Amino acid sequence: MNSTPLVAGHAHGDGHRHPAHQFETMEQQKETSTLGMWLFLVTEIMFFGGLFTAYVIYRNMYPAAFAAASSTLNVPLGAANTAVLICSSLTMALAIRSAQVNQRKKIVLFLLLTMVLGTAFLVVKGFEYHDKFVESHIPGDKFKPFNFVLENEHEASVAYAADPLYQRHAEIFFSLYFIMTAIHATHMIIGIAILAVLAFYSRRGKFDSGYYNPLEMTGLYWHFVDIVWIFLFPLLYLLGAHTK
Amino acid sequence: MAEHHVTPIRTYVYVFLALLVGTGLTVLAAEFDFGLFNNFIAMAIAITKALLVLYFFMELRQSTRMTALTAAAGFFWLVLMIGLFLMDYGTRMAVVLPVPGK
Repeated sequence: MNSTPLVAGHAHGDGHRHPAHQFETMEQQKETSTLGMWLFLVTEIMFFGGLFTAYVIYRNMYPAAFAAASSTLNVPLGAANTAVLICSSLTMALAIRSAQVNQRKKIVLFLLLTMVLGTAFLVVKGFEYHDKFVESHIPGDKFKPFNFVLENEHEASVAYAADPLYQRHAEIFFSLYFIMTAIHATHMIIGIAILAVLAFYSRRGKFDSGYYNPLEMTGLYWHFVDIVWIFLFPLLYLLGAHTK
Repeated sequence: MAEHHVTPIRTYVYVFLALLVGTGLTVLAAEFDFGLFNNFIAMAIAITKALLVLYFFMELRQSTRMTALTAAAGFFWLVLMIGLFLMDYGTRMAVVLPVPGK
């Protein structure tokens, strides 16, 4: 492990690394990138935060319909996808680590693995969407009413389940399910595209322990998208698990 | 944070395993009916997993205080927003429909 200070003009790895002209040192450049990336991620927290807030409020208003609609989602697939994403976060972290220890071939390998895992997630998500379309659990005029499993035989529950509004409330759940997972998937697609560019440059030997900011910033983005899913999975998939 | 410390692979693998265990636990806990506590359990596990990712994978433990503060501010804002929205809806809105079983 080489721990030469990352100062401008310092010979390191296979050559000299100089910061961009507005920075004094490589270290300052890295700190600036990190802070900037985090500011972007804060806007992402706000972006997803609005949807999470809408979810919390509607779920508070219509808990029974949400639980019933949630129980139609495929928990094993969702859990498997969670594992796949966690795996991709590990490979992403290992790609950055490979740059830190100057193992250039491994950078490419781990970036490609991350892309494969990200793609696997999207493919599984595609099958899940397909199931929902086949079952016609798509919000809108094609929405197919279904029988909710009641948690109890309480008079109010039975009356509520018979009310057409119940179906509308389930549609709200599916609206949130589709928009949140679709936006999450969009982030994954963008992430995979960025990873492809990074893999290309890594192959050319652009990154080593002296400079790997783009890898680290993309890592922050990728892990953030992972965190969003860590919350989406229990909130969307597991509400009605115990009613089955 | 003069220079980056290279995290051992072992650390990343342990975090990875902890995240997998967390996923298993959250699925398992959802199979039981704890009433309102299902929410608390699910969110406690999700927040723990998120903190693990933030702290180890996103290297917040090695970041400057400025960066950590920025990240914390983002999440704090989210807690504020959801909290205030819930107070508003919880205190001003009549129940729209009877909640089954209540």
